[in-house]
Amino acid sequence: MSTTTLPPGVNAAVPMQDIMPPVRARGGALGFLRRNPTIAIGGLLVLLMIFVAVFAPFLFTRDPTSLAPALRTREPSAQFWFGSDMLGRDIYSRVLYGARVSLTVGFAVAICASAIGLFIGLISGFIRVADSIIMRIMDGIMSIPSILLAIALMALTRGSVGNVILAITVAEVPRVARLVRGVVLSLREQPYVDAAVASGTRTPVIIIRHILPNTLAPMTVQATYICASAMITEAILSFIGAGTPPIIPSWGNIMAEGRALWQVKPYIVFFPALFLSITVLAVNLLGDGLRDALDPRMAKRL
Amino acid sequence: MSTAPLLQVNDLKKHFPIHGGFFGGVTAKVYAVDGISFDIAKGETLSLVGESGCGKSTVGKALLRLFPLTDGQVILGGTRIDDMPSSTLRPMRRRMQVVFQDPFSSLNPRMRVRDILAEPIRNFGLSNSSADLEARLVALMDKVRLPKDAINRWPHEFSGGQRQRIGIARALAGEPDLIICDEAVSALDVSVKAQIVNLLQDLQKELGLAMLFISHDLAIVEHMTHRVAVMYLGKIVEVAPRRSLFGAPKHPYTEALLSAVPQPTPGIQRQRVILKGDVPSPINPPKGCRFHTRCPYAFDRCRVEEPVLRPIADAMGEGHVSACHLHDRSAAENPLSGAKGAALLAVG
Amino acid sequence: MALLEVDALQTHFRTPDGINRAVDGVSFHVNAGETLAIVGESGCGKSVTAMSILRLIPEPPGKIAGAIRFNGKNLLEATDKEMRAIRGNEISMIFQEPMTSLNPVLTVGRQIGETLRLHQGLSAQAAEDRAVEMLNLVGIPEAKRRVREYPHQLSGGMRQRVMIAIALACNPKLLIADEPTTALDVTIQAQILDLMRDLKHRVGAAIVLITHDLGVVAEVAERVVVMYAGKKVEEAPVHALFNRPRHPYTQGLLGSVPKLGSSLTGEATRLAEIPGLVPSLKQKIPGCVFASRCPHATDLCTAIAPALEEKAPGHVAACHYALREGALAA
Repeated sequence: MSTTTLPPGVNAAVPMQDIMPPVRARGGALGFLRRNPTIAIGGLLVLLMIFVAVFAPFLFTRDPTSLAPALRTREPSAQFWFGSDMLGRDIYSRVLYGARVSLTVGFAVAICASAIGLFIGLISGFIRVADSIIMRIMDGIMSIPSILLAIALMALTRGSVGNVILAITVAEVPRVARLVRGVVLSLREQPYVDAAVASGTRTPVIIIRHILPNTLAPMTVQATYICASAMITEAILSFIGAGTPPIIPSWGNIMAEGRALWQVKPYIVFFPALFLSITVLAVNLLGDGLRDALDPRMAKRL
Repeated sequence: MSTAPLLQVNDLKKHFPIHGGFFGGVTAKVYAVDGISFDIAKGETLSLVGESGCGKSTVGKALLRLFPLTDGQVILGGTRIDDMPSSTLRPMRRRMQVVFQDPFSSLNPRMRVRDILAEPIRNFGLSNSSADLEARLVALMDKVRLPKDAINRWPHEFSGGQRQRIGIARALAGEPDLIICDEAVSALDVSVKAQIVNLLQDLQKELGLAMLFISHDLAIVEHMTHRVAVMYLGKIVEVAPRRSLFGAPKHPYTEALLSAVPQPTPGIQRQRVILKGDVPSPINPPKGCRFHTRCPYAFDRCRVEEPVLRPIADAMGEGHVSACHLHDRSAAENPLSGAKGAALLAVG
Repeated sequence: MALLEVDALQTHFRTPDGINRAVDGVSFHVNAGETLAIVGESGCGKSVTAMSILRLIPEPPGKIAGAIRFNGKNLLEATDKEMRAIRGNEISMIFQEPMTSLNPVLTVGRQIGETLRLHQGLSAQAAEDRAVEMLNLVGIPEAKRRVREYPHQLSGGMRQRVMIAIALACNPKLLIADEPTTALDVTIQAQILDLMRDLKHRVGAAIVLITHDLGVVAEVAERVVVMYAGKKVEEAPVHALFNRPRHPYTQGLLGSVPKLGSSLTGEATRLAEIPGLVPSLKQKIPGCVFASRCPHATDLCTAIAPALEEKAPGHVAACHYALREGALAA
């Protein structure tokens, strides 16, 4: 800074130096990922699992149901990457195909439970008479552990993926309904809702235009948690034989079949369990990341 | 007083039930607004002042029928709106709009400015073509001095003062006769507050709006208003034209309120009335005059008999009424008479 | 020597989209027993300055540089243990929101006694006696009974009195009050301001009052620092500041506040506005921080940041033109 250029009588302030290294602000996708590493890791793992499930036939798998009694309980090797089970089926293929069941159940339950829960929550948050009745029913459902409720519902029907989705959805709906109701009750008190009423907006429009869009953020977060919990519940149901029929490879089924040989052939249980853990972790990470990114209080930080 | 007032409020009451007990029955009531009456003429600003919990914001929301009233009449332009079914009320809402305090929560974060402003225009069927709607939107942005291209942006892209301008534009969109400003400038920074106060005054002159200005900031109220109503614990204790109220307040509460305002003039000598204690609970308001528990002049009658609003004989302005037993006595024994009230405000 | 000397204080925060220079080179001092007000609008860095003095800024994302000398000792070089011994003992703080600053599950007496037992090693009984004494001092009636009550049983004004009692319990030399009356009603505010003035004479602590309310400043302060966009733009004794503000920002600020009694004197019916918005603190501003909103700004102002110059005894302002023209058109 050359002080000689200053006009006479002018005093320049001492320039202040930055006390920390400059921040390289990045826009676009890369900047978003840098700011939200949990979303990045979780999302990447979830995408990977979806890829595996969709393209299972092309990932060097063979028919997951083809029996080869001669080649049973082989250790992991070049031929059987994850080993083979008691009937000689390739565990690698079964685990990859099993991802289809797990992800289908997880996503389907998340979507169904969110949609139904959103509907119930909106009604109960807006109609005071309905509220006390609906919420007591929801409390009733929630008082039964969701896994027991799902087992009971499965006992009434035939084992199929569709029925598994239905059973777990029923058990998860109250959680969404409660969340949405709470959000609706607080949104109703927002001045912008009052302003909409004052400017002559009809109640259905208020719900759709002013309430609904603002419940979506917390609901998306809740949906990811439901997705993770549904995948675990599905595995439990299959494991105890109350879920997906044994013909369809699912991670729970594979683990159930490997249970008897757990102490001598641990790999039969190990690989599906590993995939289940990674998927559940990935979905939960995604949920945590979304929660932080969508939380308005966090967004306001300096 | 040949024409009827734009808004007339008679004995307005709003009690909020408190639910409790095993069966969720009503165990108590909050007497938030307990029988108040006032009117606002066309193009006039009436300010409603008082401390938090006095019920001033409840009055605003009750007039807007954001919740059902407990009792009383609200007459807007000669039509009773307090008992109207909501379907007939909806077109009437156009005439009475609102600007809220918090510039952040008063705009839907998931709507663009365009949609926020178009909502009332569409609801009230004010425009018949999309070209007309567009022209109205541009005119609104112009009225609140925001750039035209800001109309396609989201609320979070604006500062607090700019958001408050959007809120004002929304209130103007329905071409109302009356705007209720519920602490509309209280949350803003000093320099931005001045911008919004000036804007509101300009708009009022330009459009001939009446305003109900609900505020706790007495200096701003004095700057903006024509008349003032002072509330305490759900009741109006004093109503007066601006000069009369700020020059010679007649109710001891108004007097204390005015003397408590810190003045941006260092070293001025003022006689300060510092009230003892806190505002009693509106669940169980005191018997008699509600102010008697804190009033420095309270005497026996105040504890048993509730004072009514009486015209003040020696007031500075027309239509000065005050609810205080002190003014029911002869001037000689009245501790508030004379120039003392005015002296409280004698600056420097 | 001044009790507190803040020298070229910088408090910056690392954010995903740049460095937030919340406080950028602020210097001032507080003498023993004096009341200094720091005024400015939200985001000007006044609260961050207060938090920095007590080192209550989380590091990271924040970072503090410069020097904060309290009784000659630089607090920025003090260990955490030394800071704990100073906080609440020699320097204490009152916050804006009295409800969230008190612990809801402890009685008022316990909360006052806590600091005394911690810093002065009083016994439980002695601490409670002192708590009662403190409640009496801050004008809470029936102190013996109140000392056993919980914060929710007290009104807003009472809670702020309790906060003051906690702050004063250890006889601090410096009290930092961050918007102490902003959340209170005007009649309660009058009570608290009265109490603070009264206590100052009786206790003799120096006060740093952080506020946006010019009325409160005029009533309580002896000297005033005006902050804008992380910088000190003006500092003056309270009378000089209100009677003859030198910096255009201070002038604008004073002009935008209506005075009570304006309807009687028939003063101007329009408030002075400061046009525009506060600049972002994430961008470096080469010239004067106020230039973008200043009615008198020239090319010189946008190019070269003005130094703080003494315009009159004890009255400094950072404006190229404040001295030369004598006074700017107010």
